[in-house]
Amino acid sequence: MNNFTYLRATDANSAVNLLAANSTQGAAARFLAGGTNLVDLMREGIETAHALVDITRTPLADVHQLPDGGLRMGALVRNSHLAAHPLIREKYPLLSQAILHGASAQLRNMATTGGNIMQRTRCYYFYDTASRCNKRAPGSGCDAMEGFNRIHAILGTSPQCIATHPSDMCVALAALDATVNVTGPAGERSLPFSEVHRLPGNTPEIDTNLKPGELITSIDLPASTAGLSSVYRKVRDRASYAFALVSVGAAIKIDNGTIQQIHLALGGVAHKPWRATIAEQLLRGADATSENFAKAAEAELALAIPRRGNAFKIELAKRTIIAVLSELTANEGARQ
Amino acid sequence: MPLAEVILCCKSKTNWSAMTTFTETQSIVLQVNGARKNLSIEPRVSLLDALRDYLHLTGTKKGCDQGACGACTVLVDGERINSCLALAIQYEGCDIVTIEGLANAGELHPLQQAFIDQDGFQCGYCTPGQICSVVGMMTEFGKGAPSAVTKDGTANSELTEEEVRERMSGNLCRCGAYVGIRDAIKQVYGGRQQ
Repeated sequence: MNNFTYLRATDANSAVNLLAANSTQGAAARFLAGGTNLVDLMREGIETAHALVDITRTPLADVHQLPDGGLRMGALVRNSHLAAHPLIREKYPLLSQAILHGASAQLRNMATTGGNIMQRTRCYYFYDTASRCNKRAPGSGCDAMEGFNRIHAILGTSPQCIATHPSDMCVALAALDATVNVTGPAGERSLPFSEVHRLPGNTPEIDTNLKPGELITSIDLPASTAGLSSVYRKVRDRASYAFALVSVGAAIKIDNGTIQQIHLALGGVAHKPWRATIAEQLLRGADATSENFAKAAEAELALAIPRRGNAFKIELAKRTIIAVLSELTANEGARQ
Repeated sequence: MPLAEVILCCKSKTNWSAMTTFTETQSIVLQVNGARKNLSIEPRVSLLDALRDYLHLTGTKKGCDQGACGACTVLVDGERINSCLALAIQYEGCDIVTIEGLANAGELHPLQQAFIDQDGFQCGYCTPGQICSVVGMMTEFGKGAPSAVTKDGTANSELTEEEVRERMSGNLCRCGAYVGIRDAIKQVYGGRQQ
């Protein structure tokens, strides 16, 4: 790991100012929170920041209700604390479940909400500095395309990059219509969660639509997605502590057999947490039948592009969507 | 304010010395197993390396050094973390407990004794991390924290075998002594309710 200047911020503004003051062209400065991804990337020589601004002592670790009935979660709330928080468990169990399906207890005790959003792909070729990778070294090529690509993306890919976003938590935030609040050199702004992460296109080195020097301060969940029946299902190579091959997060409201509200997102399939808007559109107002679930899953995966090692993910994603929606329908039926 | 004078709890947000810049070797103070320890380190030194190479507390082990195996698990303010992914300098003012800090006045921690009784190891390399992890797990469990296999996310749960397996998945054992580890946990905490 290269050595670096270590700076401590006392609040969000001082963090933004410290980062700006220590950023020079070609020499990156980074915000440091739990460190579970950034420290690892620096040790591997993938991140070579010359300055780290430690934000863990800033007062951004609060969870509280918003006047409109929604919830605000500070960027520094540890993943384990968020998953165990009574308000999250009661109002947004999908988020609690998704977090608990990611990483290990030790990592969840370190990792933060903001850091989870900003974590980078676990593509083997991104991590291996001897490989070609357009995300790590733009223009160098992509060894994943013809390599071991069992874990790679099938939706929204580009000829430059088939990496996936590895987060479970973000699948729930995508499904639940979260909003991300940031502050930066140009002031504060909010982004709908669907606009935080981006598809690789011709610039896979850019993971998010945050501007340079912007810091996530909090994440909001709306009242409209509180209290819905939900399921998070993660399919992976071992029963715990592994990244998703495919995951599905869904929250639903069914009335007399008709789907009134549907929030569906997939993990492990794309460069960003994948909101299944095509499937949602087909299902909203439709009868909650396995036939409709299958049609919706089929439509959502219609544009999937498989590589040699990950074609199985198309069928796996469809089946997991159908299984999750069927489980939710059964749960709703039992509740009514 | 020289940093060595700043002793505070990890959770404290106030009297933190603001905007300190470190590039070269720095003097810091870590609170380890109840004792204040002075170290001269670069900011890139991990908590794991600080414990092992600077404080010579070699009970904490380096396995993968990338947060995948759990051998480096220590307790920080009572919570288990992977010390390999922690920069030591971030943990000033925190209460750090390692495997060396679990025995009390020469008396083994009940879990240490249970690992011996139940053969909770073969080579022993993952054992300090396993034991620290169980201690952290029981604190989480005692506070009512759910796991991915907790059936009803809002209800309290019992420490079933399924719960133990899920909650301990962050600690790998290359020898495969999982059955003994499970039995050691059971010996001390079997049937515990939240």
